[in-house]
Amino acid sequence: MLLDGLSEAVRLLLTGDEDTWSITALTLQVSLTATAVALLLGVPFGTALALGRFAGRRVLLAAANTGMGLPPVVVGLFVTVLLWRSGPLGALGLLYTPTAMVIAQAVIATPIVAALTAAALQQVDPGFLLHMRALGATRTRAMGALLAEARLPLLAAGLAGFGAVVSEVGAAQMVGGNIEGQTRVLTTAAVLATSRGQFALAIAFGLVLLAIAFAVNLFVTLAQQREEAKGAGASQGAPATEERTAPGSRPSGPARSSS
Amino acid sequence: MRRTIPALVLAAVLLLVGCGSTAAPAPPAAGPSAERSLILATTTSTQDSGLLDELLPAFTRDSGWQVKTLAVGSGQAIELGRRGEADVLLVHSPAAEQAFVAEGTAGQRRLVMHNDFVLVGPANDPAQARGLDSVAAVSKIAAAQALFVSRGDDSGTNAREKDLWKKAGITPEGGWYQATGQGMGATLRVASEKAGYTLSDRATYLAQRDTLALDVLSEGDPGLLNVYHVIEMTTKAGERVQPDGALAFADWITAPPAQQQIGSFGQAEFGQPLFIPDAGKDEAGLGT
Repeated sequence: MLLDGLSEAVRLLLTGDEDTWSITALTLQVSLTATAVALLLGVPFGTALALGRFAGRRVLLAAANTGMGLPPVVVGLFVTVLLWRSGPLGALGLLYTPTAMVIAQAVIATPIVAALTAAALQQVDPGFLLHMRALGATRTRAMGALLAEARLPLLAAGLAGFGAVVSEVGAAQMVGGNIEGQTRVLTTAAVLATSRGQFALAIAFGLVLLAIAFAVNLFVTLAQQREEAKGAGASQGAPATEERTAPGSRPSGPARSSS
Repeated sequence: MRRTIPALVLAAVLLLVGCGSTAAPAPPAAGPSAERSLILATTTSTQDSGLLDELLPAFTRDSGWQVKTLAVGSGQAIELGRRGEADVLLVHSPAAEQAFVAEGTAGQRRLVMHNDFVLVGPANDPAQARGLDSVAAVSKIAAAQALFVSRGDDSGTNAREKDLWKKAGITPEGGWYQATGQGMGATLRVASEKAGYTLSDRATYLAQRDTLALDVLSEGDPGLLNVYHVIEMTTKAGERVQPDGALAFADWITAPPAQQQIGSFGQAEFGQPLFIPDAGKDEAGLGT
């Protein structure tokens, strides 16, 4: 059966099966968009949680950490109720569209990105920001340097968010409705194929899902590693994690004490 | 990272923009030339058997309406209609449908087709239910405490199953009676893996028979008739309901071309039709 699934997956992809390709494209489109939205919201939020000094910060941090385990089906239910024709956002007519799926998946991924961002920034030496400011960097530039310093864990945060949403089925099913040609993604297609008893097809969808998750991770990792290699070359044999373009500082940049 | 992230975000935002423009649903008041889409709430059996895959492209071609299908149990489909979340229903839970139509938010309810339910179970038939009528068969299963797998989801099939227990005067409970809460395809799978009995519509069973270790043990009595109706929703259920789409779908599925398509569906693959078209017939005369 697994071999059948494997050969079915290869056949579907090689023969350019139109449905499989459009389902795969939609999966990527929805999950990458949701991850991008989660990064836009989660990185600033996580930064504030890590570095901010305001009342309730710890409670919010605990909330973000809890949110990492947000069950997709619960998110799906809430988003569905909000988007119902009779619901508060019903006039938008978004339920059962890819946009609704992006909304639900962004809600799932944002706490993951925020909590991992906060964890990453809290690991950087607390003296780093002070050091940067002392070297004459503006607050924004110092923050930028800090984010750059924590880039590896931030990358992991983005990939964790993507991994969570590309593989979830509960919210995609509820807010998307698994409508053929419109909101059918790889996970919901696999569930449908299973309930129809088409196991080879279901396994094939699962394998395609694994393959694209791997491809996205590989692409980002390679891009990141290449940049690291360039950075190492530019600073003449300094360790690869050395900050190479810290603004307002001398070319060598501040030493990273935590590495 | 500082270069990768903005690039990824930019790419994703572009995707989102593309997403929004391709996915924008047509407003209810759109003219005939615009892309209009209606929501059909129906049962898992019409989707799991593959019938809708065959019918809906033809409907879209003939009418210009795109269809968003929500394949759920009949109970949930009726609830979606009641809340005005669906425009038209294709369901098979007659008692619940009649009660629903009596509430006044639904429009016309028309007969579309029927097939029948079958009681299926493991070939060795530990409860010796084979060949009995449906009520006697479930009594035997209860008496033998043989595993019975129920949908447990208020679907039309589940309603019929409860009906059988009621007629047999049995309240099914205990370790031998298990509810999956899932669709027909998934429930058949569970019954097959656990060597249990279950009630299925014939279409879903036939469509998956090759992958199941289940035989038909009881069939053919009038208590097992499975009748599908199309119900149009009205704006009384919700102001965003599209009665024109509902009417277009209901008219189309009860008209001769669609009825003919229903009648021939499955003939080639299974040697027998999975559904029998009934539009315009008298419901009381079905199955005789």
